[in-house]
Amino acid sequence: MRMKLTGVLAGIGLVLSSGTSVFAQELTIFWAEWDPANYLQELVNEYTAETGVTVRVETTPWADFQTKAFAEFNAHGDAYDLVVGDSQWLGAGSEGGHFVDLTEFFEKHNLHEVFVPATIKYYSEYNGKYWAIPTEGDANGWAYRKDWFEDPAEKAAFKEKYGYELDVPKDYKQLRDIAEFFHRPDEGRYGIAIYTDNSYDGLIMGVEQTIFSYGGELGDYGTYQVQGITNSPENIEALEMYRELYQFTPPNWGKTFFLENNQAITEGLAAMSMNYFAFFPALANPATNPHAENTGYFVNPAGPGGAQFAALGGQGMSIVSYSQNKEEAFKFLEWFIREDVQQKWGALGGYTCHAAVLESEEFRKATPFNEAFYQSMQIVKDFWAVPEYAELLSQMNNRVYPYVVGGQGTAKEALDGLAADWEETFKRYGRLN
Amino acid sequence: MTTAALDRLDPQARAAARGWSDIKIRNMFIIPTILFLIVFNIFPLLYSLGYSFTDFRASVNAPASFIGLENYRRLLSDPNIWRNFTVTAKYVIVSVGGQMIVGFGVALLLNRAFPFKGFVTTLLLLPMMMSMAVVGLFWKLLYDPSWGIINYALGLGRFDWLSNPDMALYAVAITDIWMWSPFVMLLSLAGLSAVPKHLYEAAAIDRASSWYTFTRITLPLVSPLLLIALIFRTMEAFKSFDLPFIMSGQPTTEVIAIRLYKMAFQEWQTGLSCALAYIMLIVVIAITNVYIKYLNRVKER
Repeated sequence: MRMKLTGVLAGIGLVLSSGTSVFAQELTIFWAEWDPANYLQELVNEYTAETGVTVRVETTPWADFQTKAFAEFNAHGDAYDLVVGDSQWLGAGSEGGHFVDLTEFFEKHNLHEVFVPATIKYYSEYNGKYWAIPTEGDANGWAYRKDWFEDPAEKAAFKEKYGYELDVPKDYKQLRDIAEFFHRPDEGRYGIAIYTDNSYDGLIMGVEQTIFSYGGELGDYGTYQVQGITNSPENIEALEMYRELYQFTPPNWGKTFFLENNQAITEGLAAMSMNYFAFFPALANPATNPHAENTGYFVNPAGPGGAQFAALGGQGMSIVSYSQNKEEAFKFLEWFIREDVQQKWGALGGYTCHAAVLESEEFRKATPFNEAFYQSMQIVKDFWAVPEYAELLSQMNNRVYPYVVGGQGTAKEALDGLAADWEETFKRYGRLN
Repeated sequence: MTTAALDRLDPQARAAARGWSDIKIRNMFIIPTILFLIVFNIFPLLYSLGYSFTDFRASVNAPASFIGLENYRRLLSDPNIWRNFTVTAKYVIVSVGGQMIVGFGVALLLNRAFPFKGFVTTLLLLPMMMSMAVVGLFWKLLYDPSWGIINYALGLGRFDWLSNPDMALYAVAITDIWMWSPFVMLLSLAGLSAVPKHLYEAAAIDRASSWYTFTRITLPLVSPLLLIALIFRTMEAFKSFDLPFIMSGQPTTEVIAIRLYKMAFQEWQTGLSCALAYIMLIVVIAITNVYIKYLNRVKER
């Protein structure tokens, strides 16, 4: 009996081993757990159909994404062949030797012309080389309640109070006025939903796009100078505005990110809500948003000087240096950048960065928010991408959060402190003398 | 046990047949455990001690260079770290203090015969059997100012528990008290039931007041077990991470373990975070030592 069993097991083993050697090619892409990752899995299934190479999109919750990815990189693990990583990772990924240099690949396929310039600058480029293929374009935009904005009674009351028509805000002053106007805690209605989560980059994305639109900068990304830039008068004014907007948020809005900000619309809490475009499909879907018909979208408004920017979200796809299937991964990327594939990517719900697809009428009319997305992608700006960006994020959270949410100190004190922190950090890493 | 006793083996045993001595068998059980401890505990401990004197960053492909006590100097002169330690101390005092009072109080109430005593005690033990993450998420819902049941039950209107920087730490501590008071209660109950009945009877004959009985009989006899509860809870509270991490992101609730996590696994400052971990270890050992000294003194009495 024992002999028989051993024979059967050996047989199974032989079949399995020969089976895997025939269909050995398998690629694993690592990404965060959200809808676009599901769309990507749908897309890559077509690659499997075409080539026979199995591609699996492995995901992990957002809160864990950075930690898990870098734990694997630091251990030089080969669990992932490709990773769809955050734009801020470029510094750590390239300087740490975790990403494969794609500069040649970029030149060969002339990708500078294929993808929107801003997406190449932020998702791909670091220190003059290219490390990732723009994959999921994303920017911070706004959703708003069209029915509240278009209500004639509201329109008349607004005009009487503020002296101009109630419409989609064109600048931050209007954004603030509208937030104040709709902020009615007694009716269970609130003015605005903004990001306040300080555990990673939520709050910072909200604050930085206000700073950029006020004509400010986080620092000089080339020379790492921060004094006088991080704490410039424009930045102070912008931070004060963000604090003011926080006064018009729903109750318990002290640790909110994309989930809560979508809820602000689906539960009819707020008139306007900041969020990444990647989360807007859920707002346009009547199954997940009872107010889907009445939800409109707009681009982050301009600051007092007319500058207009949106915080960059989104990710690029890189080949992991420790992968055993680099050659296959390159073949996959060659497929992924094809225009017809990018078109499908857009149609499935992915935010393509492919210039021709993005500019096409078809894409811009496909959803109620694609036009705002297209416009936002032209004005995106990002946080620092240096390898120590996570320290910079922590320091900014520590300085800015107590002021915005807790009302402690002044905007000037917060940003003076931040400039000192950053200066010290850059000196420690030898970027600044 | 003497070696002579160890050498005697049951002649019928299989081991004896193979010529194994008791010492050999003992070693076969103990050596793998010790090896396991060395590989997975002692070795990493020493390795990380080494890292704490370097500027090593796990995320960068650069060798670690020795920087002496620089990491310790930086940490101990960083006001943010001191703020984290202050937050932690506050959290430990509030939550462990609360657990001792509530746990011991409930144990006193339960230390008498009444119907369904066993069932009630079991029900009271349930909170500490739950997962920290689940408790944190549920209490977040309970604290919600718009529809949370706590504000509704207490008639507090829209009181902000977790978004309010001054309140958040207490809100988390209350959850910790709810979860871990049963632990103190259980140890206190064990202590209380071991107090000899005749002492109370003698006190009753002497017409001692109930306060006198409590402070002179109950408390001294239960205190060794209470101290053990205190040691365990202080150590746990000092390194608590899950509840504050899940429930609130306020800087006022950033206990030292959260800072350490961020430093090690978000910022990848490996050397620096090793140093911080060692500072924490030293603090915990110091606190525990004070307690144990006191415990020994109590036991001697």
